[in-house]
Amino acid sequence: MTTGFVFALAGAALFALGVAGVVLIGHLLRRILAFNLMGSGACLVLVGLAQRHDLADPVPQAMVLTGIVVAVAATALALALVRKLHALTGQLELPDDADD
Amino acid sequence: MTEPLIDPLVWLILLPLAWATLAFVLGPSRGAWLGIAGLAAQCGLAFELAQKVGAGGTAVHAVGGWGAPLGIDLAVDGLSAAMLLLTQAVALPLAIYARSYFKADDSAGTWFWPLTGFLIAGLNALFVSADLFNIYVTLELVGLAAVGLVAAGGGAQQVAAALRYLFATLVGSGAYLLGVSLIYSVYGTVSITTLLPLVTDDAPRLVWIAGALMVAGLMLKTALFPFHFWLPPAHGGAPAPVSALLSALVVKASFYLILRLWLGPLQPLLSVFAWLMALLGAAAIFWGSWQAIRAVKLKRLIAYSTVAQLGYLFLIFPLLAAPGALQAGVMQVFAHGLAKAGMFAAAGVLIKATGRDTVAGLAGAVERLPVTMFAFALSGMTLMGLPPSSGFLAKWQIIEAALAQGQWIIAVVVLAGGLLAAVYVFRVLRQAFLLTPASAAFAPVSRTLEWCAFALAAASVLLGLRGVELMQLLGAGT
Amino acid sequence: MKRMVVALVVTLALAFVLLLTGAMLELEPAAIDLRAPVSAHLADSGVTHPVNAVLLNYRGYDTLLEIAVLLLALLAILAVVGDAPASPSRAAHPVLQTLGRLATPLMVVVAVYLLWAGAFRPGGAFQAGAVLAAAAVLLHLVGLLPGWSTPRLRLRIGLAAGFALFLAVAAALLTQGSLLQYPPDAAGALILLIESGLTVSLALILAGLFLFLAREEGA
Repeated sequence: MTTGFVFALAGAALFALGVAGVVLIGHLLRRILAFNLMGSGACLVLVGLAQRHDLADPVPQAMVLTGIVVAVAATALALALVRKLHALTGQLELPDDADD
Repeated sequence: MTEPLIDPLVWLILLPLAWATLAFVLGPSRGAWLGIAGLAAQCGLAFELAQKVGAGGTAVHAVGGWGAPLGIDLAVDGLSAAMLLLTQAVALPLAIYARSYFKADDSAGTWFWPLTGFLIAGLNALFVSADLFNIYVTLELVGLAAVGLVAAGGGAQQVAAALRYLFATLVGSGAYLLGVSLIYSVYGTVSITTLLPLVTDDAPRLVWIAGALMVAGLMLKTALFPFHFWLPPAHGGAPAPVSALLSALVVKASFYLILRLWLGPLQPLLSVFAWLMALLGAAAIFWGSWQAIRAVKLKRLIAYSTVAQLGYLFLIFPLLAAPGALQAGVMQVFAHGLAKAGMFAAAGVLIKATGRDTVAGLAGAVERLPVTMFAFALSGMTLMGLPPSSGFLAKWQIIEAALAQGQWIIAVVVLAGGLLAAVYVFRVLRQAFLLTPASAAFAPVSRTLEWCAFALAAASVLLGLRGVELMQLLGAGT
Repeated sequence: MKRMVVALVVTLALAFVLLLTGAMLELEPAAIDLRAPVSAHLADSGVTHPVNAVLLNYRGYDTLLEIAVLLLALLAILAVVGDAPASPSRAAHPVLQTLGRLATPLMVVVAVYLLWAGAFRPGGAFQAGAVLAAAAVLLHLVGLLPGWSTPRLRLRIGLAAGFALFLAVAAALLTQGSLLQYPPDAAGALILLIESGLTVSLALILAGLFLFLAREEGA
């Protein structure tokens, strides 16, 4: 059980936690945090499994750097939308979709 | 061979990125003209590329000169060329439409141009990418642009719809990214061409999980039943040109990716799921049509129709053994793309004229807005599958492929779907043909809007007469 | 009903983790090892650090698109926020303000170092831009930098210039080869040029992700 595997297992657990969080939690800020957990989990799996034989591989590390930037962009947009929703409705949870 | 300077493949990505950036810097009035000019040039490039592929098979561009698996490859075959054609052909009329649609001080109109430019750039980049991780970045580009377009300048409903859409699309991309990570760990590469010979029937369990994750994530982004919950509020609440772009193009991008994986590297693994996809597709057709029949708001009705029509795309998966099924799927993508864009454009005109977004508010519309109602009717023709529209051609090809392989249940579902579509289309048309009460007021609407809607709807019908060329393009290089 | 859904999701998540763990533990070594080609072409790539070589040269197209994503996110935020006026900055405790004044020049120096060091150790435009953006956020939090309202032409040019420069270089390189194909002797200089432009723009974009949102609520 090399360190790479430990990272990968932790990443798998984080990913599952993150998805469960986004699906189940109502509070929007916590959902955004859960999404970040999910992204971090996927990145950990990528890097961890690539070095499961204890040899550092530069390609997945570069891919994760790209993934982090994309996650930052998505988180920023999500936060802006949550702020706008709060400014308009005072709520921090998504209203039920009224199908009228 | 064309000179590298005007290689259409690369310029289809660089050009929209360039005009989107310029549109942001220079402001909305010049941005609109930049967008329309850029899209016109892109239409030309897409045609040129389609001709090149039709004549000579696939085109490949190794970015940076390195070549896979070290670098990223861009590859165009018949399927990609067709998707590129559809994207530019739908986006150009919608851009002309949008220029007249948005009022001068509308925040949604100000930001429409740079956001749409990035959206089109992301779509073009997605359709030509042959690298799984690069596809992830293009998916995010498309997803964030779409969310921005839905939310721009909107009130609480629109922002909530945009947030719901954002969470759904992010979970989808996250699952896709985990799948790519697992594939890299098994094979050491994310290049599609390199992976093709490596993935076999006895691939390790991790590859099966990766394939399931990637397809599940993409299904969420395509709003396949039961993952469709985010689509009706997002497409129903956004401004009309945005709804048109999303329904016609954005949801097709993730479907294209499922097809690309199914026919490409993950082929040995995914055929197991074919009947599951068809079952979900059938459920989408019935559920979406039922909700459309019940919908009170016009744009919600059209959005549910999108959910239903996307179901047809997934019916082809058990039939992919024969080439006719793939052609049917692509024809349905084209038919629905053009028709739905036309329908949302027509709905935009009707909502502007009546001031309300309800089906009931359309009473008497046919007298005041005949061109728009004709456009709506033509789009409806395609969605119902009436000859000679491309919708008829697509559904006919699915039925033919189904009967040839003995899967008559799929043929039954297609026919039932057509009938259900007729119910909700005629709901709208019947309302429009009612006699107007004297007090009903219709605001004047720009001619450009009506004719853009008409052009898209007419194209969806006329494509049925020229379907052969599209089939030939698909055959090239597949 | 809600508890059933929660139980179902949690069970599925647990099952997924166990399945994934089992599958991961039975992995063989990968079929293809990319470290060899990365090192083989390192001399021609323009930088000496393998991760940055992948990021800026071999997979530079990913970097181009990722900057597009970041710029796009900023545009989407601007579209959502609309035209509300920026809130006036509230001055913090004088000690904090002094700390801010002292820290900022140091952060600028660190950023320039990170940009230059990206050629031969972890660093580069993103890291430098992030440090500069952090300096801007710090100054805002202590009340020395007001929040930003709708960007005017100069700020818009600054936000877009780095990406535009990257696009221009990519297009120019098309004349002599494929997209983003750096000629080996000029690769280092071109990459440094692009990275410098990107540092400024990324700093503005990342700072903007915070500062454009620093407005009065309820507008």
